[in-house]
Amino acid sequence: MSRATSLVSIDWVQENLNNPHVVFVEVDEDTTLYDKGHIQGAITFHWRDDLQDGLIRDLISKEKFEALLSKSGIANDSTVVLYGGNNNWFATYAFWYFKIYGHQDVRLIDGGRKLWELKGLPLVNEVPARAATRYVAKERDNSIRAFRDEVVAAIGAKNIVDVRSPQEFSGELAAPAHLPQESGQIKGHIPTAKNIPWSKAANEDGTFRSNEELSELYKSAGVDFAKETIAYCRIGERSAFSWFVLHELLDLQNVRNYDGSWTEYGSLVGVPVAIGA
Amino acid sequence: MRTCGATPGGPDLAGVDLTTQAVIQGAVLRAGVEDGVPNGAPVGNAYVRLLDSTGEFTAEVPTNELGQFRFFAAPGAWTVVVLAHGAREEIKVQAQKGSPVDLVVQI
Repeated sequence: MSRATSLVSIDWVQENLNNPHVVFVEVDEDTTLYDKGHIQGAITFHWRDDLQDGLIRDLISKEKFEALLSKSGIANDSTVVLYGGNNNWFATYAFWYFKIYGHQDVRLIDGGRKLWELKGLPLVNEVPARAATRYVAKERDNSIRAFRDEVVAAIGAKNIVDVRSPQEFSGELAAPAHLPQESGQIKGHIPTAKNIPWSKAANEDGTFRSNEELSELYKSAGVDFAKETIAYCRIGERSAFSWFVLHELLDLQNVRNYDGSWTEYGSLVGVPVAIGA
Repeated sequence: MRTCGATPGGPDLAGVDLTTQAVIQGAVLRAGVEDGVPNGAPVGNAYVRLLDSTGEFTAEVPTNELGQFRFFAAPGAWTVVVLAHGAREEIKVQAQKGSPVDLVVQI
């Protein structure tokens, strides 16, 4: 994968608004955004109602993913183009999700909804009617997903990248500053993790920094590109953003998103925790 | 819609425990003042970024239909950056528990 195959510009989007092969999908943290207007022809997935199992804490099953895409009119050969608010956090999470289930051609809009709005480009309210398909997913590709035992084993051995804010990393805050700070987890970070906030990979307008800048960002923070890397945050969405940077834009192999993230790790009994910068 | 005489600023704080939360909030409005009361239209598609005392990004939220936003920060110095189509504003604030920072940002 690379920047050329995984990322599209808003100019590309404008040229492909009526391309029948392309399905635009908006995925937001604030799920009311789609109803306030969206890119022409876009459908939406709800990050919780559509993409979480609901009973156990896990991704939806292959069968449910197939049903979701089929009823949404996404075919196996569709070019799925994701975007969303909040600097594409949940859109990159959905991107990772499509990769987990082996979708061939999935891309992300550079800058997402924010750049689209900051450029004053039109949003529409019509919800498109798409003919249902018979989507067939692949078995889960867990090579891009990390589980808790692998994370504990990675301490001091692999790159662990904590992409939360410095305040969450140090233990000062329990959650991002736009969320209430009550939390069941203890505060801190996984020992030996490097704190490279997701935001450092993005420009103010939501677009990604250049590959040269991104490579320097991670190397200068002590990430060894020759080793495997595990990215985590609080619930796995911001780390999907950083996973996208490392695995898709920088084309590194062996990069996993730990979607259990701090809400799981910070609740585990007996695992080591570090605090401070 | 905001009317003349309404209290300017961020969302209603009912239900927020201000003794434990250092709230930074406000409203983004189109520039326009009448009798000293901001009465510009709310800007519901602005993005508000919170930077820490070193200028490091901490959080970002879109404004709601009333142009409002809210952060739950830690006590200390912060910078609020408002981005909207054709506009960018920076405001330095001091957050503390017990007393919310409530801004009216006109763009």
